[in-house]
Amino acid sequence: MLRLIKDTLISQVVTLWKVFLHAFDKTDTVEYPDVKPQMFSRWRGRIILSRDPDGEERCVACNLCAVACPVDCIALQKAEDEEGRWYPEFFRINFSRCIMCGFCEEACPTHAIQLTPDFEMAEYVRQDMVWEKEDLLISGTGKYHDYNFYRIAGKKIGGKDKGEARNEAVPVNVRSLLP
Amino acid sequence: MAKISIDGIQYEVNAANNLLQECLSQGLDLPYFCWHPCMGSVGACRQCAVKQYRDADDTKGTLVMACMTPITDGGIYSIQDSQAVDFRSHVIESLMISHPHDCPVCEEGGECHLQDMTQMSGHNYRRYDFQKVTHRNQNLGPFLNHEMNRCIACYRCVRFYGDYAGGSDLVALASHHHVYFGRHEEGTLENEFSGNLVEVCPTGVFTDKTFSAHYSRKWDLQTAPSICSGCGVGCNTSPGERYGSLRRIVNRYHHDINGYFLCDRGRFGYDANNSPQRVTEPVFAQARINGNSEASAHKSMTALEAARQFEAMTGGEVIGIGSPRASLESNIALLQRVGAENFYPGLSDGELACVREVLLLLREPGLHCPDIRGLEQCDCVLLVDEDLSNTSARMALALRQATRNAATAMATAARIPPWQDAAVRELAQHERSPLIILSPQGTRLDDVASDTFLGTVAQQIRLLNAISRCLDPHFDAPVESPELVARAETIAGALVQATRPCLVSGISAQSPALIQATANVARALRIRRKGETESPVDLCFAMPEANTLGLALLAEGSANTLSAALSRLAQGKADAAIVLENDLFRRAPAAQVNAALAGQLPLVVLDHLHNAFNAHARLLLPAASPAESNGSWVNYEARAQSAYRVFAPKEPLRASYEWLTPADPVQLPLIGSEEILAQFASAHPGFAALRKLLTQREGLSAVMKSPRQLPRYSGRTAMQADKHVHEYRQTLDPQSPLSFSMEGVPLQKDSSLLSVAWAPGWNSNQAISKFQQEINGELQQGCKGVHLLTRDGVDASYTQTAQLSEKTLSPYFISHLFGGEEISAEAAAIQARASGPYACIDDKRARELGVNQHGRIAVHAGELSVTLPVLIRQRIAPGGIGIYCAGELDRFTLAQELRVEAVAEEPDMLLRSREMFRHLLINDSWQGRNGA
Repeated sequence: MLRLIKDTLISQVVTLWKVFLHAFDKTDTVEYPDVKPQMFSRWRGRIILSRDPDGEERCVACNLCAVACPVDCIALQKAEDEEGRWYPEFFRINFSRCIMCGFCEEACPTHAIQLTPDFEMAEYVRQDMVWEKEDLLISGTGKYHDYNFYRIAGKKIGGKDKGEARNEAVPVNVRSLLP
Repeated sequence: MAKISIDGIQYEVNAANNLLQECLSQGLDLPYFCWHPCMGSVGACRQCAVKQYRDADDTKGTLVMACMTPITDGGIYSIQDSQAVDFRSHVIESLMISHPHDCPVCEEGGECHLQDMTQMSGHNYRRYDFQKVTHRNQNLGPFLNHEMNRCIACYRCVRFYGDYAGGSDLVALASHHHVYFGRHEEGTLENEFSGNLVEVCPTGVFTDKTFSAHYSRKWDLQTAPSICSGCGVGCNTSPGERYGSLRRIVNRYHHDINGYFLCDRGRFGYDANNSPQRVTEPVFAQARINGNSEASAHKSMTALEAARQFEAMTGGEVIGIGSPRASLESNIALLQRVGAENFYPGLSDGELACVREVLLLLREPGLHCPDIRGLEQCDCVLLVDEDLSNTSARMALALRQATRNAATAMATAARIPPWQDAAVRELAQHERSPLIILSPQGTRLDDVASDTFLGTVAQQIRLLNAISRCLDPHFDAPVESPELVARAETIAGALVQATRPCLVSGISAQSPALIQATANVARALRIRRKGETESPVDLCFAMPEANTLGLALLAEGSANTLSAALSRLAQGKADAAIVLENDLFRRAPAAQVNAALAGQLPLVVLDHLHNAFNAHARLLLPAASPAESNGSWVNYEARAQSAYRVFAPKEPLRASYEWLTPADPVQLPLIGSEEILAQFASAHPGFAALRKLLTQREGLSAVMKSPRQLPRYSGRTAMQADKHVHEYRQTLDPQSPLSFSMEGVPLQKDSSLLSVAWAPGWNSNQAISKFQQEINGELQQGCKGVHLLTRDGVDASYTQTAQLSEKTLSPYFISHLFGGEEISAEAAAIQARASGPYACIDDKRARELGVNQHGRIAVHAGELSVTLPVLIRQRIAPGGIGIYCAGELDRFTLAQELRVEAVAEEPDMLLRSREMFRHLLINDSWQGRNGA
């Protein structure tokens, strides 16, 4: 009998006492949305498409984000301008499927697709969670300020000729006999 | 067979091959670049290094290039040896020194042999800090992109293009690390197999320009095993679809037919699927009923309404006209709907007469119809009349390889293994097996021909008869001039000397007499060879369309011809007519077709592209294209093969056999192609072999379908999310053993329906080695098609050939690979290489007419008069005149006696014709080894 009292009753009294003491603790609850929480910059929230330092679209429609996506919620189509630059004709993310895993960002070879600390993505209508390129594309460089894929890759585009990428020699003259 | 040990494991291998090939045959992963299963070894890239040990006591070993190492019985090798691994990783690192870091914007990415081999060799980070070599690209025409920066200088492109396919305008330029693969000057790559560079190049130097215009990664393409419908060869293809449109075609290995290569018509003609000319909805011409000629009164309707209208219009006695470019199932469905007495093969009368001859020959004992691989093994070929490079190009490529058999024989005598490509070519120089070409004009095979005879069909028949007489003195042929007899004796001598002689012809000339004369040569040759060998003589005829033979087989035993159908239509001796996927203006004289149309019978046409004929239809039903419907196709050897639809067509499109089989169109599923085949095969003993085409799956595969999508197929929950965020149900496919999804039996478990070659670590099409029994061997699984004909016919004696008159001026008709075929001609890239109609004459006639190169002449035949630009060629039958119809001119009216006169030149017209002839790339510089 004594053992029963010790095991149950005392434990409950102690618990009640601890709960009572919490009434005097400092509160942790944030009055959202009146108070916005401070997010970490590496938080995996809303996905954006960024631009390179020259202000051009970074996305080259390589499809690596789409293939890395475990829920297959990214669909896009490659297009090419007259001077050889690849860009997505459309770029669609179905956020109602997205699990914010960040694999797309990891897979992206051009730092185009980035996850941002913005988590406020609720919608009343599910269809509104399908975002197109116009909705995703921001005007800045996002988290990575300096990277410009086309300045490194050897493909010729408008404003960057063959031999003008990083570490490139001028194009070979195939008719030259010099070594 | 030899026993060797690789990394301590014993293997039984074929001693005739090199070590690399046998390693791959055993399923081992060994990286390589310059070696190609079809082109042998040159040892250029140094990537396939392995360790070779002298004996069991040798612990040090030597590094050797596996592709250059002949197998020795009892040989001890190591792939995993650390020195070999280290060596390979350094080789790949140096090959990658100037690689441009542009995989994300490279069309090859994701199916790149270089990516695969780099992964396999373990090279990750670039350590070389100095400058990368760069190159300027060339515009290589409408088919290919050029990005020279990606080159690793394996030389495969020039070896394929020049050595294998006989092209002369792709070469290696410059030297050392500046080496450049391109043309001497920018311009269209001329060879009709240039598209194979996309697959032959292990990197992204040559990529498919048409694919790039609507690009998708390989893993995103939905593919199915398909058959090319560009000609009668029946090459196996893997078409790929994304977002509801057909994106590209790549080769699908078939051991006996296409092997590793497709022609450019087959590869780039797919875009007709996405053409604005597609029939996308039923068109009901109310105007015709009301007697109102306003074309705008066309009313569009749903599939259900159209099906009801179709049923209402086609009661009573209905004439059905089949099509050589529709699948066997569609033709069967039409045949069953209208009954055999009302079924007319939609072949022109001339074609039909020829195909009937060919069918007899395909049954005749003592003859043998070689497949493409068989053609490659012939050591003497007589090619009669058919311009194979422009009609059945894959056969022309095979004949080009056949001329190399002399080289292989020399190499064998000199104890050089045939895979030592450079050594064999060096030894043989210009020594070739005989290829004798009889043709009305120079062909693109002339550069490897031992003898070319330029003559009209009548002259060719005379020569063929003379050859038959040389082979068999009992052959009854008229006495010919001594020159012709001498010529015939040379040709007959070459045929007799060969161990595997072959005769190849076709039905382009639409001359049964020519076919009989060719067959007579084969028969005479067989009689001549009696006693020496009992092996049958190879004889084959190229077919112009994918199902010409299948259609003729269906209509066998009936005397129905197209002109009979047209006169019935003209006289109104039926209640309605159904025309299946056929432009009758290409099959009969325009006057005859117009008379039939004037008969005012209700005309229902099923087709997938708008054309001149179906514009006259009262009801035009939108048919699914070959890529959108299942179907079987019968190739030139009477081999039936199944093609599966790559994607489901958009409503209201239906496969022709679905429209034609009376059923409640609301109640799905509609009839399946296999159901039609099974019913037909059991009802007709002659077609019993078709049963083997039906799905027979066991074990896991019997309960699961094969996926049309690769395991990494992406975007499933976003592709259609713009239309509706709730995902649509996956399209079901109860009619075939394939599913429209990525779930199902993986390729590695069951490759009987090999949609596209892919294996872990092998993302390029070269993964096919993982599905072959051995390299260059049969596929491990899968149906190779079934032969519908057996050699059960009568052992015919010679057929008397009709003597054709040589007095009148009747033209021969020119074929072109690009634009010469109805469907592929609608593809944008093909159109860029196609030309309009023109006439071809020789110097003498040009002088007589007073017309200059690219000037114009007027051609009159019967009531038809056309003005055509002129191409003056040196290599053309004396007194001959060639006409290229381009699908516009009425060939049948022009085949009558012609009258030709010059037309005054206008400068702008001259410029226009010059522009048109620019892409024809006719080369008259070859004179043949023996002169012409």
